[in-house]
Formats: sequence, C-alpha cells, structure tokens
Amino acid sequence: MSQIPSELRYSKSHEWVRMDSDGLVIVGITDHAQALLGDLVYVELPEVETAVKAGEEAGVVESVKAASDIYSPISGDIVEINGALAAKPELVNDDPYGLGWLFKIAPEDESELDELLDAASYEDLVEAEDH
Amino acid sequence: MPYIPHTKEDVKEMLAAIGVSRLQDLFDEIPESLRIHSLEGIPEGLGEMETARLMEDKAKQDARGLCFIGAGAYEHHIPAAVWKVATRGEFMTAYTPYQAEASQGTLQVLYEYQTMMATLMGMDVSNASLYDGASALGEAALMAVRANRHSKSKKLLVAGTLHPHYVQTLQSIVETQNISLEMIPFDKKTGCIQKEVLAPYEKEDITALVISQPNFFGVLEEVDVLTNWAHEQNALVIGVVNPVAMALLKEPGQWGTKGADIACGEGQPLGIPLSSGGPYFGFITCKEALVRQMPGRIIGRTVDLEGKEGFSLTLQAREQHIRRSKATSNICTNQGLAVTAATIHMALLGFEGLKKVAKACYANTHALAKLLTAIPGVSLCFTGPYFHEVTLNLSRPVKDVLKGLLKEGIQGGFPLCEEGSPLENALLVCATETKTEEDLKQFAKALEGLMKGV
Repeated sequence: MSQIPSELRYSKSHEWVRMDSDGLVIVGITDHAQALLGDLVYVELPEVETAVKAGEEAGVVESVKAASDIYSPISGDIVEINGALAAKPELVNDDPYGLGWLFKIAPEDESELDELLDAASYEDLVEAEDH
Repeated sequence: MPYIPHTKEDVKEMLAAIGVSRLQDLFDEIPESLRIHSLEGIPEGLGEMETARLMEDKAKQDARGLCFIGAGAYEHHIPAAVWKVATRGEFMTAYTPYQAEASQGTLQVLYEYQTMMATLMGMDVSNASLYDGASALGEAALMAVRANRHSKSKKLLVAGTLHPHYVQTLQSIVETQNISLEMIPFDKKTGCIQKEVLAPYEKEDITALVISQPNFFGVLEEVDVLTNWAHEQNALVIGVVNPVAMALLKEPGQWGTKGADIACGEGQPLGIPLSSGGPYFGFITCKEALVRQMPGRIIGRTVDLEGKEGFSLTLQAREQHIRRSKATSNICTNQGLAVTAATIHMALLGFEGLKKVAKACYANTHALAKLLTAIPGVSLCFTGPYFHEVTLNLSRPVKDVLKGLLKEGIQGGFPLCEEGSPLENALLVCATETKTEEDLKQFAKALEGLMKGV
C-alpha cells in the first residue's frame, strides 16, 4: 500500500502539491507513481522563471523501463527546481514527498488548489486504477 | 540469419487463428476510396535473364575513367576484405533487429562503430548511424533546438559554405517545425566564414551555429574562432565534417575552448563505394550532456548476471517505441550494413592507416592544384587553406571544359556555376589517395589542351 499523506493535495496525473509557508507551492510525484515507474534514472525539470499552466507538461521522469511526463498541477511561475535530482534521481524513489520534490511554483491563483484531489479522493483513484 | 518465407500453409494457419479468410481482409478498414488497385508506370515483373540484360545496359551509362569529382561523395580505396566480411550472412541485414539483444554480434559491431566514431570526432557519444549526412544534420539541428534551453528563438545560423544539398535537406526538415535558418555569407576572397560577418548577430538569441569542415569549397574554416564566438552567445555548435579529414585535422570535440556540441556528417568515405549516390550512411556524435536529445539507437556494453560481457540497447526512453510522439525523432533505424562495412574498414586501416589516407588525399589534391594552376586561364578561386578539394577559376566555360575532359575519359570535377551559385565559372576538383602521379599529369595535359581551345 502506497503512502498518501493527508495534508497534501493531488492531481489525477499523480503529482502531489504542498503549500509552503512562504506562499510557494511545492510539487512532486506520488509514492504510487514512483513505485509504478520503478528506479528513476533521469529527471528533466523545467527552467526556472518559465511560466506553466495547470495541466501542462512541466518535465519528464525517466525510469529503467519507461518515461513519463510531469504535468504542472497549478498555473504560475517556476521559482526553484530540485537541483539534487540531476545527480541523484533516486531521491524521488527513496523519499517522494521529501527530498524527492521536483519544483516550486509561485501560484497565479491559489484557488486552483481547491480543484485538486484531497488524500481520500486520491486514494480512491489509486484503488480504482489497481482494479 | 536465414531468410525463410512463410509457406502458403503458414499463412493459411495464421489467418485461421485470427478468424480471417483472406490476406486482403486485413486491409478492410482502409476505405475503398483511399486504395490504389493498380500502380501506373510500374511494369510487370521481368525474368532473371531480362533483368540481367536491363541492368547491364543501365550500367553502361555509368561514366568510366578517372574521377576527380568530390562534392560530398569521395572515391577511396576500399580493401577487398571489407565487403567480403560485411556481406556474410550474419551481417547481411540493413535493419536493427527487433529482438535486439538476441543479436549480440550485430550489437557488438554497432558498439565498436560508436566507439570508433566518437574517438575520431573527439566526442563522448555516437549513435548507431542515420540515413545519410544531410539527414544527420537535420537531426542535429532538431537536437540543438531541444537541448539549448537558454534559447527561445529556434534560430540557426548556417555557414554559407555548407554543401547546398545539405542546406536544402535542412530546410525541408526544419521549416515545418518553426525553426528558422539564417545563412551567413562567406568571404569571396578566402572562401570561408570570417568572424566579422557574425557581429550583427551578437545581440541576438541564436540557438546554434552550423559549421562545415572542410567546407563545400574544400576550404578549412577557422573552427576555433567560430566555436568560441558561438559559445559566447550561448549558442550550440554543430560541426558537419568529413570523417577522413578528421584523422588529420583537429576533431570537433577539440574546437575552441569547449569543443563543438554535436558533430555529424556523411560516412560514405569510410568504406562505402560511390555506387551512383547511395546507399550511404550518416553519422552523429555529441557531448554527453546532450545524449538524451540524440535520436536513434545507442548500444551499451554491460555484464550479465554471471558477470559475462554483453551488449544491449541503452537510453531507449528517448526512442519512439517508448516515448511515442515525444521521442527525440521518428528515426530509430540505422544503416546497419553500411555501418558494418565502415567498422571493418576503420578496423583494417587503423587510426594510423586512416591518417595516411588523409595525408595522401591532401598531398594529391595540392599536387594537382599546382599542376592545374600552372595552365594559363586556370587559377585558385580562394586564398584559404584547403584539404582534399580545391575550387578553381577557369577562363573558359566550365561546362564545355568538362565535356571535353569526359571525351578523354576524365571526370574533371563538380561545376560550381549552376543557377543560384555565388560563383561564376568555378570548378571543384578533388584528388583522393586513389590517384597516381600519372593520373594527375594526364588530367593536367587534357585540361591544358582544352584551355588552349584545341
């Protein structure tokens, strides 16, 4: 059973979102997503200062068996990326909700967060996918 | 690998297994209006005897005699062993096997090829080849646009000394992808690109600079200066190079302070006969930082569970069978047979052998230029240093001169006076290691006669 922290919000495409104290939004992929992908070998992140729209591609995660696009859960500007992943993509596998975060966004409209799934709904989604 | 076609019984069994009665039924979903039932202009099949006769007649149309034409395809000596080995049944397939890892021999050849090409170019990585030199440049351009994330312009500066066919191919490939090409004029005196003409682009967002070495006129570009200029503008550098020349000249990986980012070109000079223009193969190599943007197959060396050496496809997540529409290219194929020949060719010659070939080409072309420019009415077109091809100015119409030479069994070079050419009455001449002193003298004598108008 994969971990689904209750305080986070989730997208249908398996990204998680955490509201940071400084008003920024941190984005990563879920424990379920990393488990499905298997060992990551490469993470391609967006350029800092680029603008992204909710639902648009913002990067790629590549594992030994597949490559998958990362979609931005909300609209805004990329303000920081997790540089540690260039050398250690396995951080996403080891700690998807912590050291394996992907990028931080300055959100354009915080109300977009309400459109994302809460932990219970995401758990339903994962279960439905498993069956 | 034997070729065993399906028997009628095999086909029948397979159709029965999926519940279809005729082979044609498999195409049922294609609407009738889109089908072509008979191909116009395609004659009925010929028997073996008629086909042999037809091919003999066609072969007679091939020009014979001494060839002094280069212009992108070069006549080199190919040791007899090269194609004897390359056409063995085990290699005689032009395609990447789908069950790749089952074909360890094929993968090992490709791995050796990649190692040789990367070494020759001074680059980190090579793929398993592309269709030809011009399409390799097209892929290099797309690669540069994906890789240069500082640049938003999708604008490539292209040296005006690049082979015109390569420019056309590049245009065809990039024009539908919102990538623009800007041609840099060359210096009429030296025949190469001067740094000064780049000044207007200094404030612009340039994605990559395409440099040809040697260039189409045979002249050597100042690759260090051009590479450093491009890198100062945050532009990537794509080198289009002749692989034989790279045995002698500074390899792209060493250009300027940081080296070119991508090196590509035509692999034909490495053991592939001229054969009326193909099939040839394209090569592409790059710095490690760009490997995920490289198209095509890459073979890696690894060990199996028992620690034994083996070869496998690697970095496949770039390719279309995994990345679908997001793949680096729709090209996953390579010119397997031509590459096998090139690998054997390079292995037989060795690095020193290839260097000797390059030196002999250089010496022959310079000796020829000396003989020809001693003839009244023949002069060097450019002052820039050249490698194994040289552009000459003639005081008589080039086409007439070439016709006259052909009557004496000499293919005297490639005319640079076609429509749209910036030059008038210029002739591009090449003498590879295949030419003897007597050959050069014969050419000079024939040309001298023609220049006098005899």
